[in-house]
Amino acid sequence: MSFLELKDLRIHFPTDDGLVKSVDGLSFSLERGRTLGIVGESGSGKSVTSLGILGLHKGGRARISGEIWLDGEELVGASQEHVRGLRGKKMAMIFQDPLSAMHPFYTVGEQIIEAYRIHNDVSKKVARKHAVDMLGRVGIPQPERRVDSYPHEFSGGMRQRAMIAMALSCDPELLIADEPTTALDVTVQAQILDLMRDLQRDFNAALIVITHDLGVVAELSDDILVMYGGKCVEYGTSEDIFERPEHPYTWGLLGSMPRLDREPTERLLPIKGSPPSLINVPSGCAFHPRCAFEERTAGRAKTEVPELLETEGGHLVRCHLTRERRRAIWENEIKPNLEAS
Amino acid sequence: MVTYIIRRLIWAVVMLTIVSIITFGIFFLVPRLAGATSESLAARYVGRTASAEQVKIAADKLGFNDPLIVQYGRFAKGIVAGADYDYGPGVEHCPAPCFGYSFLTRLPVWPDLMDRLPVTLSLAIGAAVIWVIAGVATGVLSALRRGSLFDRAAMGVALAGVSLPIFFTGIVSLVVFSYGTPFRITAPGGSFTPFDENPAMWAYNLILPWITLAFLYAAGYARLTRAGMLETMNEDYIRTARAKGLSERRVVVKHGLRGALTPILTIFGLDLGLLLGGAVLTESTYSLPGMGKYAIDAITNQDLPKVMGVTLVAAFFVVFANLIVDLLYAVVDPRVRLG
Amino acid sequence: MNEEPLLSVQGLEKHFPVTKGLLKRQVGAVRAVDGISFDVMKGETLGLVGESGCGKTTTGRLITRLIEPTGGTIVFEGNDISHMSQGRLRPLRRDVQMIFQDPYSSLNPRHTVGAIVGAPFRIQGIKTEQGTKKAVQEILELVGLNPEHYNRYPHEFSGGQRQRIGIARTLALKPKLIIADEPVSALDVSIQAQVVNLLEDLQSELDLTYVVIAHDLSVVRHISDRVAVMYLGKIVEIADRKGLYEAPMHPYTNALLSAVPIPDPKRRKERDRIRLQGDVPSPLNPPPACRFHTRCWKAQDICRQVEPPLLTLAPGHQAACHFPENAPSGSAAAAPQEPAAAPAD
Repeated sequence: MSFLELKDLRIHFPTDDGLVKSVDGLSFSLERGRTLGIVGESGSGKSVTSLGILGLHKGGRARISGEIWLDGEELVGASQEHVRGLRGKKMAMIFQDPLSAMHPFYTVGEQIIEAYRIHNDVSKKVARKHAVDMLGRVGIPQPERRVDSYPHEFSGGMRQRAMIAMALSCDPELLIADEPTTALDVTVQAQILDLMRDLQRDFNAALIVITHDLGVVAELSDDILVMYGGKCVEYGTSEDIFERPEHPYTWGLLGSMPRLDREPTERLLPIKGSPPSLINVPSGCAFHPRCAFEERTAGRAKTEVPELLETEGGHLVRCHLTRERRRAIWENEIKPNLEAS
Repeated sequence: MVTYIIRRLIWAVVMLTIVSIITFGIFFLVPRLAGATSESLAARYVGRTASAEQVKIAADKLGFNDPLIVQYGRFAKGIVAGADYDYGPGVEHCPAPCFGYSFLTRLPVWPDLMDRLPVTLSLAIGAAVIWVIAGVATGVLSALRRGSLFDRAAMGVALAGVSLPIFFTGIVSLVVFSYGTPFRITAPGGSFTPFDENPAMWAYNLILPWITLAFLYAAGYARLTRAGMLETMNEDYIRTARAKGLSERRVVVKHGLRGALTPILTIFGLDLGLLLGGAVLTESTYSLPGMGKYAIDAITNQDLPKVMGVTLVAAFFVVFANLIVDLLYAVVDPRVRLG
Repeated sequence: MNEEPLLSVQGLEKHFPVTKGLLKRQVGAVRAVDGISFDVMKGETLGLVGESGCGKTTTGRLITRLIEPTGGTIVFEGNDISHMSQGRLRPLRRDVQMIFQDPYSSLNPRHTVGAIVGAPFRIQGIKTEQGTKKAVQEILELVGLNPEHYNRYPHEFSGGQRQRIGIARTLALKPKLIIADEPVSALDVSIQAQVVNLLEDLQSELDLTYVVIAHDLSVVRHISDRVAVMYLGKIVEIADRKGLYEAPMHPYTNALLSAVPIPDPKRRKERDRIRLQGDVPSPLNPPPACRFHTRCWKAQDICRQVEPPLLTLAPGHQAACHFPENAPSGSAAAAPQEPAAAPAD
């Protein structure tokens, strides 16, 4: 069994308007030292997935089913107290906006020390030394001085470094980063991506990066999972996803992005419509109202939920089009348009 | 920080000066508009038996014929440096801070006020302790169990608390807990035992007024705390605290409540400042000889020097409380820079 | 390029005072925009890029005269509007419109789409031939919204549709210049492309001129004819799109381009990256002389002492650097001495 394994994870929230199926049957596995990128738009369920793994999806009302295996332990059925003991120690998380994710009234040091001392029975002095070490390790200059600063006294990039130091303080084996660079400037984003890559190598943790930015995913990930409407629509190595994508939604994402590494195209190739509401997920394939190739499925896309099937060597696709058809569309209709004529 | 405090202190003095000018103006003008003359005012000092001549001389000597500004100047000087009052029959020295003499008792106002202050302090601070603990605890529990029976019951009671006037809850509590009923827990109001004399009696005599006053405020604090907690518990940093593996209790108290505390602190400072100027209704209901009762008595007797004295002391507490709150703000929230 | 520019900005400055002490003395100023000059020709799109604190948003607010500049001039269609009173600016408000970043907070939730898009007609007191409703519905159709949604409220629309409503509002009065401040950065990837395409279609259909302010270099490259790169209140480089992206001269532009993550996993190992150290310094206390010298791997003594002027180093290509890259030899700012070329890390 892999280090982290999700089996048919479902997280549903009953609301006054109906049942919100944020995550609806998600399965994947991840080994130590590997990085998985989860890509999706707002409402795809990518953030709820990460909170679900940590047991942080909003308590009482959420309905969670399926299995989450972390290092041989099942978490969905485990007691809250047990999962709490693993949080911060065995699995840790980095959030999008480090300014709002750190408590404004406590110093950066206090917050790291707190994280360390929950799981390690050490004196404040030892914990403080550890906090200074961690701050130095994530590249914060003069850590013995900065440890006593408040989050608002840090710049955006330094804050995210501090956040990473806090998450890594107990040497976690699973690290989840939810849009870790979205709130940062471009040059600072590049620094943080470098740092995360280096630290992952040093810590040999399993890393999940959740983002809407295909560039960030390409920089970090070994494997990529594309989510749409609470389900995985495509999964593969990053080469699979960027060079041989087979799902129309993945094609749409690639066509939507202007790219610096290629000649500019005349027009972007967007996906029509908007991401679905998770209360009223479209019938059949959730993507079918926005799919440009829906009519080539002979109506199946409207009525039948497609299975997530292997197309080749671990590359999974959830689509009614046949493998041959998808490959032909990619080669003849999509790929040529992505590059400027 | 130091320049900030100095600037605020200067402002506090300016504020108090303005308040004193306004109150002085009102109390100087209003009786005259109602037909009082210098003589009729002086007559209240020298007594009814004095002849018209004596009254006229006293009015002169007391300065009632001087222009308004001169009279204010004398009044202000009295507060800072003390003053001498010449009634005709004799000169009385009133040491600083001098707020003048009572029309009625011919006693200086300030020592009277200082006699009353401990009562109001005891009442206000005791009640504050109760309402902060009860209000904040109720608010936190309500927020954590939003929509539960407890939440709805507590918010219902809180609504009643803010709506019911003190004289109602006060009298009901007196009837139920005091006047010889089986539930009797305390003596009827009207008695105050200083803390340093007998702490047990002090508390025993104050327990009903405390609870009555605290009920009113606790209700507001519960609502405020609940709203604040609902907001902070949705903050990103709460999610971070949970992700660190903190126990829920620690998340709520150390991260949630700490974040929700700032607005409560502000309101608390202002409320306490206002109360220290006299918990008028509570003191009247329980016949406690505090500043509020003093003010009521002064107003009923049209004893202007007393009213002015009590007004200024109350204003002082409000201004001072504001200053303390602003300074505490910087302590509670490190993002606030005073400067 | 002989025609008059639609918009001409010369030496534009905006300093926000900072006060301190007992008497609130002014002790300094945030130099949000500190002497920038550029022209925008009719029908073109100028991109303004830079990181947080570079002054790009302030520049947008200055051009639309939402705030008043502390120095310099803004000339729109030959009229100096730098210090015009609000009353005299009224006609300008028709011609210059702004698209905001956040389609959630920039639309009044209590007004219907019809009221929001129709508001400019009412405010400017314009009578349309077929009535306001008809005019509004035509605009809604133009931006790809269903005209029958005239009576709906903003919350009934998705983020992308809301941004279309925001665009429709700016189009109501047939403006000549549109300032778009981060028009797509709050939107989902697939929606971003829709809005970018819409902006391009509208430009060719309605003969619009755009100033697009954004931090996303790839979006700016896609949409702009010319691009200005800002750093701490200054323009450090301005050039046509091809020149700027293919032969950037300023080291900061180089670093920015190199920092953009490329969605191509094969290239992540082979790329030759420039990694800047640290964050952008505070605009309250910007470094002297060349403001980029604290983070620049090419910085020499001269960079700390003499501010490099923005010079034309190639046709239509200006950069403010003592040691520009990709500059044709013999150009005006040829380096006084060979700089050490090795990146710092």
